[in-house]
Amino acid sequence: MEVKNLKPEEIIQEENLVYKRTSLMTEKPLSFCPGCGHGVVHRVIMEVIDEMGIQADTIGVAPVGCSVLAYEFMNIDMQQAAHGRAPAVATGIKRCWPEKYVFTYQGDGDLAAIGTAETIHACNRGENFAIFFVNNGIYGMTGGQMAPTTLPGMRSSTTPYGRDTALMGNPLKMTELVAMLPGTYFVARHSVHTPLSVRKFKKAARTAFENQKLNKGVSFIEIVSNCNSGWKMTPVQSNKWMEENMFPFYPPGDIKVNGELIKKAIPE
Amino acid sequence: MGDIKLMKGNEAFAEAAIRAGCDAYFGYPITPQSEVMEYLAYQEPQKRTGMVLLQAESEIAAINMVYGAAGTGKRVMTSSSSPGISLKQEGISYLAGSELPCLILNVMRGGPGLGTIQPSQSDYFQATKGGGHGDYRMIVLAPASVQEMSDFVKLGFELAFKYRNPVMMLSDGIIGQMMEKVELFPQQPRFTEFDQRWAATGKTADRGQNIITSLDLDPSRHERHNLKLQAKYQKMKENEVRVEITDCDDAEYLLIAYGSCARICQKVVKLARANGIRAGLLRPVTLFPFPETAIQNLTGRLKGILTVELSAGQMIEDVRLAVEGKVKVALHNRMGGMVPSPEEVCDALIKHFSIG
Amino acid sequence: MAKIKGAIVIDIERCKGCEVCIVSCPTDVIRMEKKVNGKGYHFAYMENPDSCTGCANCAVVCPDGVITVYRKKMQE
Repeated sequence: MEVKNLKPEEIIQEENLVYKRTSLMTEKPLSFCPGCGHGVVHRVIMEVIDEMGIQADTIGVAPVGCSVLAYEFMNIDMQQAAHGRAPAVATGIKRCWPEKYVFTYQGDGDLAAIGTAETIHACNRGENFAIFFVNNGIYGMTGGQMAPTTLPGMRSSTTPYGRDTALMGNPLKMTELVAMLPGTYFVARHSVHTPLSVRKFKKAARTAFENQKLNKGVSFIEIVSNCNSGWKMTPVQSNKWMEENMFPFYPPGDIKVNGELIKKAIPE
Repeated sequence: MGDIKLMKGNEAFAEAAIRAGCDAYFGYPITPQSEVMEYLAYQEPQKRTGMVLLQAESEIAAINMVYGAAGTGKRVMTSSSSPGISLKQEGISYLAGSELPCLILNVMRGGPGLGTIQPSQSDYFQATKGGGHGDYRMIVLAPASVQEMSDFVKLGFELAFKYRNPVMMLSDGIIGQMMEKVELFPQQPRFTEFDQRWAATGKTADRGQNIITSLDLDPSRHERHNLKLQAKYQKMKENEVRVEITDCDDAEYLLIAYGSCARICQKVVKLARANGIRAGLLRPVTLFPFPETAIQNLTGRLKGILTVELSAGQMIEDVRLAVEGKVKVALHNRMGGMVPSPEEVCDALIKHFSIG
Repeated sequence: MAKIKGAIVIDIERCKGCEVCIVSCPTDVIRMEKKVNGKGYHFAYMENPDSCTGCANCAVVCPDGVITVYRKKMQE
């Protein structure tokens, strides 16, 4: 029989299964806004942990921000951390349990505002864990205020007329900053708004976990993501806006691989 | 008989940490307790017991490192002095709310603000009333000698794990810096027997997730959690009061003091007695839980209580609560790093209660 | 002669109608229902099931992970 004549019910059989949400996501429905990239990032990280078989050896750190409830959705042992302090919490864990896989899952306010010191110093010390930095240029959890990574002219609830760089400075590019430190081993920027970008991010996430066995320093992955609620757009519109506005400023790509900077990734 | 050494209080604390089988110390320099980390660094604890030592980028980072390691069930500690302890308050609140064991040393210095590097006891409220936000308490041990700076490390960890709660050692710049003979306890094993069922060490197939958090958005569940914490603190009050009472059998005047003030008052009692005054000393060893009952048991015979503090008068409030108005309570205090002599305190005792 | 055909199953109650799957589908299979689920969201469905190749693009990009993908390959 021709394939094209098969009805969906005949295709939807156990033996034909190609893709299913990993069982390392808990059954709880995600509390993120519709279309939010956080959901994808959560799922991809859990897929990697599932495929590597390291659920029993992984400890995640979820600080304040949209990701504070990560432990409700990620079926692993986790510690909730105070705002900005995830890299310090992860340091405490990893220094005492060097054989475990440890990662932080942080937003832009957490990593680039209140937690700047902890971010820089964990990277400077070359801690052997992974930092996942979800950058949506806004403070989602608290209702859409300006973040250090908010673009010039971008509206937020505390910059209703657009970010004025004369008053509030310029957006911070934390990823390029930490790439300069010898303590970072793998630094990359990704997105999760298209199937290709998700698949690329998953490869990078896998690298970030595998790198932990090398004891060569931090794997730091920024995920430029949307916040359609904070940006006041539909999810599809927000992904387009992100491509057109965020990417020129935060270009996806590898910045440092195996301890070597990718020359053209760092502007002179 | 353990090793006997002549050591500074801060050094005895550090040596005791290694001997108590501590898994990790995270700290930051601040006068008058930087010797703790310096001594540890010199000892190379990684080589002695495998203990982790890390100088963090701030007191805030250090307390969060403690939180992370404590969440995995490890025996961890930090130390600082008053301004640094202020920085740690959020982390301590998180530790208490998440029910994590750890030991925190405060070697008090004068405040408020940057204050001075000289000693004080002006962090009593912060330590005993839960200095960070929310309803919580820590067991607070007040060493009054270099010996206690050592002994309380072992005790502190035991209490921390017994109750799954942070424990504070509230010392001051005098105790931290002075040198005395100390008998050090023998090396205890590191915590390698892993039986902390609640710890986040990696979800194995035989159990659910272990989540270390102090967040709960469901108010009725969160209230139950708070009631559980309060019940824990009540148990501490019932079981963990420690107090030292000297010369009180026939005392008419009671001196109440802790830490270095208690040492001064030991001499004051002798001076008073030499002047025919029947004075005694009650030294709280735990500041939380406060020895209310021990004080109440003495009030019947007393004509007056003098609390002696290096602060504007903080412990005196707990003393007044304990005596419930039955005895006059007076304060002799110095601030800003000034320390009274025994003669000064004895004169104050005589003056406050118009003795002889 | 088509050799591969796919089909997707949407967890209707978990779908939040974000429509990111629609954009990601290379063969224009998916649309949003006019109906809503228990939470009030329009949810995705296969409008053109015959075009589905089981590439899993939609499932990979779905923020809520609501899509399960099946694919059948015919041997010659």
